[in-house]
Amino acid sequence: MNVLFFQVTFILYLCGTIAYLIYLLFTHERVAWIGKYLLGLGFVFHCLTFVLRYIEAGHTPVINLHESLSFFAWMVIGFFLLLRYYYKVEVLGAFVSPLALLLLIWAAALPKEILPLPPVLRSWWLPIHVTFAFLGDAIFALAFCAGVIYLIQERLIKSKRVGAFSGRLPSLEVLDEINYRALTIGFPLLTIGIVTGAVWAEYAWGSYWSWDPKETWSLITWLLYAALLHQRLTVGWRGKKAAIMAIVGFGAVLFTFLGVNLLMEGLHTYSEWSR
Amino acid sequence: MREVILVGLNHRTAPVEIRERISFPEEDLDRYLKTLQDLPGLTEGFILSTCNRVEICAATRDPEKGIEEIKGFLAQQHHLPLSEFEDTLYVLQGEKLVRHIFRVASSLDSMVVGEPQILGQIKGAYRTAHTTRTTGTLLNKLLHKAFSVAKRVRTETSIGDRAVSVSFVAVELAKRIFAHLEGREVLIIGAGEMCELAAQHLVRGGVKRVLVTNRTWERAMELAERFHGEAIPFSELPHVLVRPDIVISSTGSPDCIVKREEVATIMRRRKNSPLFFIDIAVPRDIDPQINTIDNVYLYDIDDLQEVAEANIKNRQHEAHRAEAIVAAEVEKFCRWYQSLEAVPTIVSLQEKMEVIREKELAKTLSALPKVSDKERRAMEVLSEAIVKKILHGPITLLKRTSRNSEGESYVDVVKKLFRLDEE
Repeated sequence: MNVLFFQVTFILYLCGTIAYLIYLLFTHERVAWIGKYLLGLGFVFHCLTFVLRYIEAGHTPVINLHESLSFFAWMVIGFFLLLRYYYKVEVLGAFVSPLALLLLIWAAALPKEILPLPPVLRSWWLPIHVTFAFLGDAIFALAFCAGVIYLIQERLIKSKRVGAFSGRLPSLEVLDEINYRALTIGFPLLTIGIVTGAVWAEYAWGSYWSWDPKETWSLITWLLYAALLHQRLTVGWRGKKAAIMAIVGFGAVLFTFLGVNLLMEGLHTYSEWSR
Repeated sequence: MREVILVGLNHRTAPVEIRERISFPEEDLDRYLKTLQDLPGLTEGFILSTCNRVEICAATRDPEKGIEEIKGFLAQQHHLPLSEFEDTLYVLQGEKLVRHIFRVASSLDSMVVGEPQILGQIKGAYRTAHTTRTTGTLLNKLLHKAFSVAKRVRTETSIGDRAVSVSFVAVELAKRIFAHLEGREVLIIGAGEMCELAAQHLVRGGVKRVLVTNRTWERAMELAERFHGEAIPFSELPHVLVRPDIVISSTGSPDCIVKREEVATIMRRRKNSPLFFIDIAVPRDIDPQINTIDNVYLYDIDDLQEVAEANIKNRQHEAHRAEAIVAAEVEKFCRWYQSLEAVPTIVSLQEKMEVIREKELAKTLSALPKVSDKERRAMEVLSEAIVKKILHGPITLLKRTSRNSEGESYVDVVKKLFRLDEE
């Protein structure tokens, strides 16, 4: 049942993404409106997918790669829909929805059966730690998209190609503000994610920090964002530099999330994870 | 059947000498509207009067008489002999009228195609006509449709999106850099008409404060006063760059007055808060190299002109798309209008057939005195069935109300075929 809902979600996101891309290329307001509702509906189905999977599995479904990718995509879309209430940045959807769709395409290609929970993960810390970590990551994903758009818009303005395409993108200031907001919200969430992980590690593995690759890379990511936040607040790193940093930071996020598990062996790699 | 007629003149048909004499000031519009509606030939009336056009639209039962009355009304109200301006007037009816109204509302008939004011002007004129109760079903339907067509054109094409004058381009660009203009500060270096115009647009866009600096202190004071702004001594220019978000420069200076190093230094003090330079001067006032500094944007007069020209081209392109939308909507509207005409035609067609049937049946029955009740009923049913079968084709055709290949309305054809207008 949850797989069926997953497939419905997938199709809705796919259609939503297509609508947003059409909007980006041809400015049809109505298409963006359709895209918004498709994504919203997809998000509802995505929520149901998790509820059903949670009931069927008996534990928070974030154990294997399929579940993690889907969870990540869910949060990215959720934050985007939330963001739309505060900023009129419809066009951001044309960047966020393909990202979420890519995550789901990958998730769809992976085996979807529910795996038994390894005993070491049997704890309330699982949903807490994973949720905070992904909340931070999802917000950084939005900052990444805003950063990409910022670089495009900045290039267009500097090179004086301010045609219709540039007119469809948000103003530089709005994009920079999204970057800043994402940083100030995402950074504490990432911090909580790391701290809860350390506390749980003490319970589960017997030590707060064991330089497992995931821990190391989380720390690197954390330091990157800490540096950006610091520079931003003290010397006014904004605009292009902040946008580039948001993109680099998200690269680190992705590597911590995916690269570490796929390429390296460590405590966070459970045998069934990627198969 | 009532019809809509339109008599008007605009910037293409009438010179300004005529346009300035024939106009209906807004404050007296309701009085004019009442006078218009009181004309015996008209049942509904609407007046649009802007500096570029006057359009009088009315519903009438007798188009020819109505048109003469409107022309007379124009002459009488403005104390002008009709002969002096009659050849500047255009008279429209039917499909051409619908197309004209839709095009005017969509700003396709404007002097500057795509300018946004006209829709507001028509809506204002309609509101007055509506409150004075001079519009009825026909004009209400027509004008409401015109508003929705204009809205469709606006959302589905980018005809009005982009600025076509240099000073507006500057404002548009500022909005790509800043989320909004409210609360911003703008610095004017030097003076000049273009400079002032751009500043005016920015102030209208919400800019909070205008700073003015000029080599001549009196000139700076004068301009600052006009904008309720602040005059700054010219020698303080490099330091004052900490404050504004937008700088407009147009001095007669032969060389650069804002240099790259100065701006680079100031950006550190501004904590990289974005700075937008608009250089309207020739020769240029601002070192072109500053465009390479992060968070600093520079547009000179050529850049602005290029953007404006590209936007004009884009507007022309978008105008074609808009015309297609208008054409589709005109067709839809005309079809609706014809369907109004079809209903009474169907009714009179049925009535006429019924009269014939009854007459002929009575004739036959009187010639056959020995007919039983049963046979009589059978003959009635037979005649009814024949009439129904014959009328089936024409009536379905009328209900679909499309036009035949010669563009003639089927309503007219049916009227002629069955001689519905005689009697």
